[in-house]
Amino acid sequence: MPDDFAPASHVRLGSNSGQPQTRLDGLAKITGQATYAADNAPEGMLWAVYAGAPAGRGRVASLDTGAALAHPGVVHVITPQNRAELQQDPDARAHVFAWKIDILQSETIRYAGAPVALVLAETLEAATEGARLLAPEVEPLPVRIGFDDGEPFEAATVGIGANPATSVGDLEAGFAAAERITEVEIETPPQYHNAMEPHAIVAQWQDGRLVIDTPNQAIVMSRPLFAEYFGIAPEDVHIRSPYLGGGFGSKAILNGPQILACLAARETGRPVKLVLSRAQMYGPVGHRGATRQTLRLGTDAEGRLTALAHHSVSATSSFDDFLEPAANASLNTYASPAISASHSGSRWDIGTPGPMRAPGEATGSAALECAMDEAAEAAGLDPLEFRLRNYAETDPATGRAFSSKALRECYRLGAERFGWAGRPMAPGQMRDAKGRLLGWGMGTSLFPAPMSQALARATLRADGSALVETAAADMGQGAWTALAQIAADGLGLDLAQVEFRSGDSELPDGGVAGGSGHTATAGSALFSAGQDAVAQLVRLAVEDPASPLHGAGNQAVRAQGGRLMLEGDPSRSESYAAVLARAGLETLAGNGRGARSPEAAGAHAMFSHGAVFAEVAVDPDLFQIRVTRLVGAFAAGRIINPRLAESQLFGGMVWGLGFALQEEAVHDRRSGRLVNGDLAGYHVPVNADLASIEALTVPEEDPFVNALGVKGVGELGITGTVGAIANAVWHATGRRARRFPVMIEDLL
Amino acid sequence: MKSFDYLRPDTLDEALAALSDPDAAALGGGTNLLDLMKLGVAGPSKIVDLTRLPGLDRIETLPDGTVRIGALVRNAALPRDPGFAAAFPMVAEALLSGASGQLRNAATVGGNLMQATRCAYFQDPFAACNRRAPGTGCDAKDGANRNHAILGWSPACIATHPSDFCVPLAALGAIVEIAGPDGLRELPLAEFHLLPGEEAHLTTQLAPGEIVLALRLPPGAADFAGHARYLKLRERNSYAFAIVSAAAALRLEDGVIREARLALGGVAARPWRATAAETLLAGARPAPETFAAAAEAALAEAAPSGANGFKIALAGRILARALAAAAAGTPARMPALPGSVLDDSDTEAAHA
Ligand SMILES: Cc1cc2nc3c(=O)[nH]c(=O)nc-3n(C[C@H](O)[C@H](O)[C@H](O)COP(=O)(O)OP(=O)(O)OC[C@H]3O[C@@H](n4cnc5c(N)ncnc54)[C@H](O)[C@@H]3O)c2cc1C
Ligand code: SF4
Repeated sequence: MPDDFAPASHVRLGSNSGQPQTRLDGLAKITGQATYAADNAPEGMLWAVYAGAPAGRGRVASLDTGAALAHPGVVHVITPQNRAELQQDPDARAHVFAWKIDILQSETIRYAGAPVALVLAETLEAATEGARLLAPEVEPLPVRIGFDDGEPFEAATVGIGANPATSVGDLEAGFAAAERITEVEIETPPQYHNAMEPHAIVAQWQDGRLVIDTPNQAIVMSRPLFAEYFGIAPEDVHIRSPYLGGGFGSKAILNGPQILACLAARETGRPVKLVLSRAQMYGPVGHRGATRQTLRLGTDAEGRLTALAHHSVSATSSFDDFLEPAANASLNTYASPAISASHSGSRWDIGTPGPMRAPGEATGSAALECAMDEAAEAAGLDPLEFRLRNYAETDPATGRAFSSKALRECYRLGAERFGWAGRPMAPGQMRDAKGRLLGWGMGTSLFPAPMSQALARATLRADGSALVETAAADMGQGAWTALAQIAADGLGLDLAQVEFRSGDSELPDGGVAGGSGHTATAGSALFSAGQDAVAQLVRLAVEDPASPLHGAGNQAVRAQGGRLMLEGDPSRSESYAAVLARAGLETLAGNGRGARSPEAAGAHAMFSHGAVFAEVAVDPDLFQIRVTRLVGAFAAGRIINPRLAESQLFGGMVWGLGFALQEEAVHDRRSGRLVNGDLAGYHVPVNADLASIEALTVPEEDPFVNALGVKGVGELGITGTVGAIANAVWHATGRRARRFPVMIEDLL
Repeated sequence: MKSFDYLRPDTLDEALAALSDPDAAALGGGTNLLDLMKLGVAGPSKIVDLTRLPGLDRIETLPDGTVRIGALVRNAALPRDPGFAAAFPMVAEALLSGASGQLRNAATVGGNLMQATRCAYFQDPFAACNRRAPGTGCDAKDGANRNHAILGWSPACIATHPSDFCVPLAALGAIVEIAGPDGLRELPLAEFHLLPGEEAHLTTQLAPGEIVLALRLPPGAADFAGHARYLKLRERNSYAFAIVSAAAALRLEDGVIREARLALGGVAARPWRATAAETLLAGARPAPETFAAAAEAALAEAAPSGANGFKIALAGRILARALAAAAAGTPARMPALPGSVLDDSDTEAAHA
């Protein structure tokens, strides 16, 4: 396929984009018609349940497989002793998106809850009881959890292949020139994705092909990862992932239980279903690693940054290296002549962390925004004024121009909407009618606008409607709706005339639903596929003497509402169906690709921005906190669907609230087991936590990010919000956050 | 999971007969028992579903003014009953401050009394826990114990009873009716739950084979309706167990406290009736200093059982706050955020 399907220059989208279309799959979901992976139950299926390691470190000395096998309904037990050979080493990291996973490769226990054996049975109940009966006996070793017990190490990479240390300018000179230096240390805890839908897989082998129902954020990309384990071709893996009940990064990465289910299906010759329990979600499927961050901010007499040093000690597992790239949040946010972002690691006996909604950006922004607030206080400046003085006109890390950056407008709009003016500088000055402490805080939101690569196909049909196809992933965020809107625009059709097919690896690669780049990437592919189909249609028309458009130049023909028409003379027009009919075509297919060209990527710094303002009410004696107002103003390029974008931004902001005040996975430091590994113990926000929320978007034309001008809104809202809330808590109480979540005892 | 027999008796006698099996467990709404079974903490071989027993889902007023609540009344139904909510507003408020709407729809009065501690180690079959497995030790003592007891704990166990509902019940002198193989008996609710002492696994006075039949609020308990509040401190503003909570009810005459009823929640293995503080308040005029003194008296014996010393100060403060709120008068309408110190509804008193 030639490369030039991707539209080269900024395009004019049609009338579908920009509409607040409700989710096209909404009705199916709320009526239970939508089938999630675990809803599948093929004929002859076995249930798989794995037993998890009861210790955080050590060795499984024995398993009572006899007891498990004796339990009625149990068919088979797979342990490291009898586990069949796999074609891939689970500890190999063969791919940049592949992490070391646990597939019963040994008796060594690397973290509590890691699979130690898999039980297959005729019913879920029998498999569950079988797994319990295995009662592993363990030779434990001392567990290392927490920054004080973790093993320090120098990291080779952070995040997904990023540099652990980056610096620009002369840091020493910057600090030497500073009038003031603000130093802040902040810890963030381990956090878990907690998607509503637990990880699940139904695996079956059909004529040598592996057919999998599993929620997946990277459908086509995952095929080779599965295939390698079984020595089959990627094309022989068929992944179906029509609906995801949330992914947040955890469903983009291959995990051990998935391979175990496929293996079990091969060994037993029967379809196998494995659904993680809620408790099992805290272990083998990733999480956001803890960080201990230190920031030093040098400022001059006018409150301008002279140097900014941000270091993160990021926790990871004892055996793999995903490190939360927290410090990198300081590279692109504020102007400073000298910036350093560096990381080191701390090895804990926990499951390996992975990308979780705004990986690095969320943790880093939380700490940076708190530090900026302290520096503003030290400089005697209003926090907004302080940020404006340090506004980055160009990307601080690279010196490049921003492809677009309407952050100033976000600050202005957000502050105005919130009513920021008149905020007292000192903390503890404001009370509500009931005598509660009120505090106002703010933070800057920033998230990259990356693109991955995607392909799409658009097929015009004889009746003038179209089928568009790409293996995109709808995690519940509404991707399919926004993508269908873009696809319809690419085709010059109304949304109702477009059939959208997705979520299946047999379709053209829709790329990864990650990095907030899915709409931009898959959308670009879909748009260009539509344009390709339309271009072919136009060629047919203008070359056909029977067409009213005969002889018109390609450029002079416009496609809209299922008709081709001469620009400037709508009387010369005909329907798509008419062109196809005359040409004797049942269908006409166009192909498209979405990707950013390296030149475009190298020329500009590309980010979404925003400003979040928070008000909290705090009880003056008991220190219970409630966020009474959150106002965010965001600039994220072109908004394809304002309703869905708003709900994504809300979701991010509410996530930020959870980060600031609630979310924390607590491990027992002796056993390594989670003490709050369920949704009763691991708190995420509820409606009562937030009295009012607004997410405004600032119009932003970006001719560089991609032809559609689309950035992303999926992760942006978390950044900025965490700091805004922590800063508001300070403004109410005079207490600075030193760790997240902020707890009542921290304020006493 | 482990297989078990499921029985749904239609009469009390059948139920009691089935429960004479030491491996049997009574089932109310199942919101606690089923979780514990899935966790492998409870493993009954027989489940006796009480929810079809006749007559136990009623709220009745007896001739002497006693209000009797059947053990199967749902946690959602009680606060919804207008008569009940008006007579015992702090009980209604406590119920509505607990769990979530869905859980309250399922949970029963009996199950709420009998619910297990939320101590993480109790819920983890691999952990040492004297309450679950006598003699194994207490992993909470040197573990995650931020929300453990500050009153009445022992080295054997530092767990708390997590119920909100039981706190105002203890304050109001509720009586628990118990049915068992030897007939009926009754006990004050404030003594129903046992403090750990040496034997942490004995959590209530209920003997094997006995069930909770009903609760009674004695005549006179409604006399506090005009000045009664339940306040609950928590980090999440709803759907969270208390860090500490307090029920405070006053009978005021001519601006003087004739009688006070106080209990604390989230502080001990039982709802903690604060009788010394009640005595101190009798005859006093409502005033911040008086309330602070009462709070101090209530917590005189308090001691941290781990990294939870902060709860002592908070328990005192929430008790004083609940007293002040009660003195100000029961709100005319149930607050939008029941039990919350951050509720925004207008606080116009009911002048009951
Ligand atoms: C996520 C979550 C959050 C919660 N939050 C709160 C909260 O904030 N505040 C709060 O107070 N509670 C809270 N709860 C606890 C909830 O109130 C209890 O689970 C519920 O009240 C138990 O009632 P049930 O009928 O479902 O009991 P079941 O689960 O049926 O039974 C619980 C226990 O009581 C026994 N039992 C039941 N009925 C009887 C009887 N009549 N006689 C003798 N024994 C009996 C059972 O054998 C079992 O041991 C929460 C629970 C969950 C799961
Ligand atoms: S506090 Fe009680 S319930 Fe918790 S581990 Fe110790 S003995 Fe068990």
